[in-house]
Amino acid sequence: MKRNQKAEAASVSTVGKTSFIKNLWKYRVLCFMCLPAILFFLVFSYIPMPGAYIAFTNFNYAKGIFGSEFVGFDNFKFLFTSGKITMLTRNTLLYNLAFILIGNTLQIFVAILLNEIKNKHFKKVTQTFMFLPYFISAVLVGLLVYNLLNYDFGFINSIIRQFGGDPIKVYANKTVWPFIIVLVHLWQQTGYGSIVYFAAIMGIDAETVEAARVDGANAFQKIKYIILPGLKPTIIILLLFSMGSILKGNFGLFYNIIGPSNSMLFPTTDIIETYVFRTMMNNFNFTQASAVGLYQSVFGFALVLFCNWIVKKIDSDYSLF
Amino acid sequence: MQENSKIKLGSSDIIIKTIAYIFIGLFSLACLLPFILMISTSFSTEGLIRKTGFAIIPKGFTTYAYELVLRNSKQLFGSYVVTILMTVGGTLLGLFIISMTGYALQRKDFPFRNQISFYIYFTTLFSGGLVPFYLLISKYLGLKDNYLAVFLPLLMSPWLIILMKNFIKAIPFEITESGKIDGAGDITIFVKLILPMLKPALATIGLFLALGYWNEWYNSMLFLSAKVEYRPLQYHLYKIVNEVASLKNSVAGSNVVVTSLPLETLKMSTAVVATGPIILLYPFVQKYFIAGITVGAVKG
Repeated sequence: MKRNQKAEAASVSTVGKTSFIKNLWKYRVLCFMCLPAILFFLVFSYIPMPGAYIAFTNFNYAKGIFGSEFVGFDNFKFLFTSGKITMLTRNTLLYNLAFILIGNTLQIFVAILLNEIKNKHFKKVTQTFMFLPYFISAVLVGLLVYNLLNYDFGFINSIIRQFGGDPIKVYANKTVWPFIIVLVHLWQQTGYGSIVYFAAIMGIDAETVEAARVDGANAFQKIKYIILPGLKPTIIILLLFSMGSILKGNFGLFYNIIGPSNSMLFPTTDIIETYVFRTMMNNFNFTQASAVGLYQSVFGFALVLFCNWIVKKIDSDYSLF
Repeated sequence: MQENSKIKLGSSDIIIKTIAYIFIGLFSLACLLPFILMISTSFSTEGLIRKTGFAIIPKGFTTYAYELVLRNSKQLFGSYVVTILMTVGGTLLGLFIISMTGYALQRKDFPFRNQISFYIYFTTLFSGGLVPFYLLISKYLGLKDNYLAVFLPLLMSPWLIILMKNFIKAIPFEITESGKIDGAGDITIFVKLILPMLKPALATIGLFLALGYWNEWYNSMLFLSAKVEYRPLQYHLYKIVNEVASLKNSVAGSNVVVTSLPLETLKMSTAVVATGPIILLYPFVQKYFIAGITVGAVKG
């Protein structure tokens, strides 16, 4: 089947221009059906790509991107020598690694536990609750965190006060935020993410599980030797998908929790996206913002190619392209 | 021996089930807690909150904050209209384009399907970045302070098109073929034969689109300035939460002495009002949604 498709694709590409036009005409309706999407990505994704050239210019808004003076790598030089890029890359990478590793582990854990729960009502109600955080806007997430952690009347501090303890100035302490942000991320994504794993568990052959139990495997052995290996393909695919975006940050989460101006927390909470946004919107420094943005795109792209190359070496079935 | 293993089997089951019920129960409560805090605060008396902090049970139950939010409701009402129009329009138009593209891209006889698929997929790998995107919309397309700048970019995403393509793949090709034999064109086949079979897919992807539109605040923040009369709902909430000035404006003219404004309870009640509908909608589509992710997300 797969070979057939490949042969078909190959024959399409080797036949000359005339058949291209012929095909275009023959399949004009299907081409027409794709046209809105083609235009959409052309305008919103492809046309901005050459605009990244702005990173090499001394940008002047009135003169436009290609009318501005070319300055080579000057914008990048500043960012690298100031250490900004190192800090931003470290934060973005570490946060995403934590999100991916801890996030997926917790999702798998929840999926396995959900599989053990036989009470239908309990399962339905808890799943509905766990799903809820996924449905709200980043603005609301920021507000809910504020509600919990605020110094003067935050829920956690009001409990601490009740027991006679000293309230914590969370919004002035940069070391606790990596933990808080990871926790909030887990809070919001776990219910949603566990569904895919749960579905994969449901797809595991019930007879295999039954046979293992008859052979005397206990519940822990069932999980270790049947469920986890059965989840392996799903885990690898999801991990690969997330590797592709390891240099992209969750802008809404960071921006709404930390806020645009709490610079005390920036050393541990600033990611590439929040920095680019502030540099552009608050300081109107378009060139530096786009230099960081281009660095992110190129480095991220290289990372994806590298991951894909490694996966292809190990097992080509799992590679993305 | 047999007996022995049966006892082991039983005890390990009990341990895991106990862990499962306790952990899942506690985690789901932790997911719910912040919402309860928000609702409870919105019904509380500001003075008591300032004295002792937020709590699970409303302190001095009052609907005062809601009265303030609703009394001067022109801005809020306008936000609702803008958001609902965008959500409904964007979801319908987006669904149509996404399913149309998804259908064409999974047709085995369509020679350009691989090229177009890659053209779409590539945009997830590389992008021009925020600055060129911003300049394109505001300078070159001239959409600053135009609702289209918020509406258009959310219409579709590569991920949703791939998801839809996977859904449609499950429909046998024979249906398209039989349509062709009966002399139907591609558009007729798509609209009359394929679309009606796609209900779970449309519900799932429609919910993703609707969520995107309802929760939109980012493009509004980038492109809609003070000149725009009615902000989309979540951007309105963003302003209320982050700017005391916006908070005061939102209740201006409602005969309240500004210094005595219940800032905290007002924020929370606005949040409840702005979030409500999407959460109320969710239980009705949850069934489709869960089934949908399950089918669509896992490859082949």
